Amino acid sequence: MARSNKPILWLPFAAGGLVAALIIPVLILITGVLLPLGVLPLPYDKVAAFAQNPLGKLILLGTVALPAWHAAHRLRMTAHDLGLGSGLLVKAACYGSAFVLIGLAAAALMMI
Amino acid sequence: MSRRPYIRKVQRTWWLGHRRYVVYMLRELTSLFVGLYCAVLTVGLIRLAQGAAAWSAFLDALSSPASVALQLVCLAFAVFHSVTWFALTPKAMVLTLRGAPVPAKAIVGAHYGVWAAVSLIVLIAAGA
Amino acid sequence: MSENVTLEVLRYRPESDSEPQFQRYSVPFHDDWVVLDALNYIKDHLDSTLSFRWSCHMAICGSCGMMINGEPRLACHAFLRDYRDAVIRIEPLDHFPIERDLVTVMDGFMDKLASVKPYLITNGKTPPQAVENLQTPLQLMAFKQYTLCINCMLCYAACPQCGLDESFVGPAALALAHRYNLDSRDHGQAQRADVVASNEGIWECTFAGACSEVCPKQVDPAAAIQQTKISASLDWFKARLMPGAQ
Repeated sequence: MARSNKPILWLPFAAGGLVAALIIPVLILITGVLLPLGVLPLPYDKVAAFAQNPLGKLILLGTVALPAWHAAHRLRMTAHDLGLGSGLLVKAACYGSAFVLIGLAAAALMMI
Repeated sequence: MSRRPYIRKVQRTWWLGHRRYVVYMLRELTSLFVGLYCAVLTVGLIRLAQGAAAWSAFLDALSSPASVALQLVCLAFAVFHSVTWFALTPKAMVLTLRGAPVPAKAIVGAHYGVWAAVSLIVLIAAGA
Repeated sequence: MSENVTLEVLRYRPESDSEPQFQRYSVPFHDDWVVLDALNYIKDHLDSTLSFRWSCHMAICGSCGMMINGEPRLACHAFLRDYRDAVIRIEPLDHFPIERDLVTVMDGFMDKLASVKPYLITNGKTPPQAVENLQTPLQLMAFKQYTLCINCMLCYAACPQCGLDESFVGPAALALAHRYNLDSRDHGQAQRADVVASNEGIWECTFAGACSEVCPKQVDPAAAIQQTKISASLDWFKARLMPGAQ
């Protein structure tokens, strides 16, 4: 037995869990309830202005990246719980999806 | 004396056998819906980068009945994640204040306080 | 009032059975009897071949752990009066090989306990004191609850990861390691880390929390493991960002 390198996966997972817990529900409330009801129209100018601000970019990236990583790691563990094993395919599917999402989000933010 | 230990196989459906494990599996599956919503946010960022017309189409798509239904499911699981995450945090964090351990309720309460504050700030920022 | 209760017990005799089978026994009901009393009644009056471990009959020795209606319980801690409504199903603890009847093979568990070096480890520099080690009540409080484990293995039976992976070090062993790591007299955290912080150690755990739910002594092994995840993660980054620091 040797000391595992799991911490590099686990610390961002833990951070992502906290970020997801604190910010995801209100975001879904906005995009899934308040926007359709017309209460919060989310005009392009305002949102783009926020995303153009360097701090805004950082916040938006963190809001997507950390919960995405949290989901990837947790789904990898759940796949093992469901008998799908913990092989390379499961890891590639889970962490790979997270990297794709984070990469796309970062690229989009750089273009705004 | 011959030993012939018998090994009982664990079924793939082990988690259905007891309410405790069903709740655990639901708790873990919250991450599927958190991940799905992250994908929605990512698409949103891409549409934002593509300009006002793309953004407007994205907002329309978010407001469709099917999209609202999916988001409400995501919201339910996201809230379940928050509640279970806050409840478990005191187990991982042992805080002592002036020699006495900080009670779990205080740690959980502080998290709910931050949750309310963050939610309020985001709502105000989104509405401003 | 003569009233009986039915126990359905999983039997397994390696010399004659190809696989385990349930056998039913009708046992008199007494309001103050526990399942262990019923099992002893069976052995004394109905079927002397029934094998099971037990000793103290007061939830401190940890011998009589078994599955009672699918839940890991101490047989001396489960009252018949709470199970009257239907047949009581008794099986050996989950996630362990069955030796015979309700007796499980404990060897793997014993090895796991030993693997975390469950003893005070000195720092190798300070010579033994002329007087005993001193410890304040506060320092004792830090690790006291993790000393209460009675090695009953209910947590291993409840833990889904123990069921899915036989090599998982497991809740009791990791709680025991935590007991020593938190002890102010101990300097062995680094030595334990090869086992504790391995893939088969704390990182197998997904915080289902079933272990702490079934623990008859409120040791809370789940808390021990999550706290160890944090300290192991910080140690991991410290080792890479500040090599040479201990």
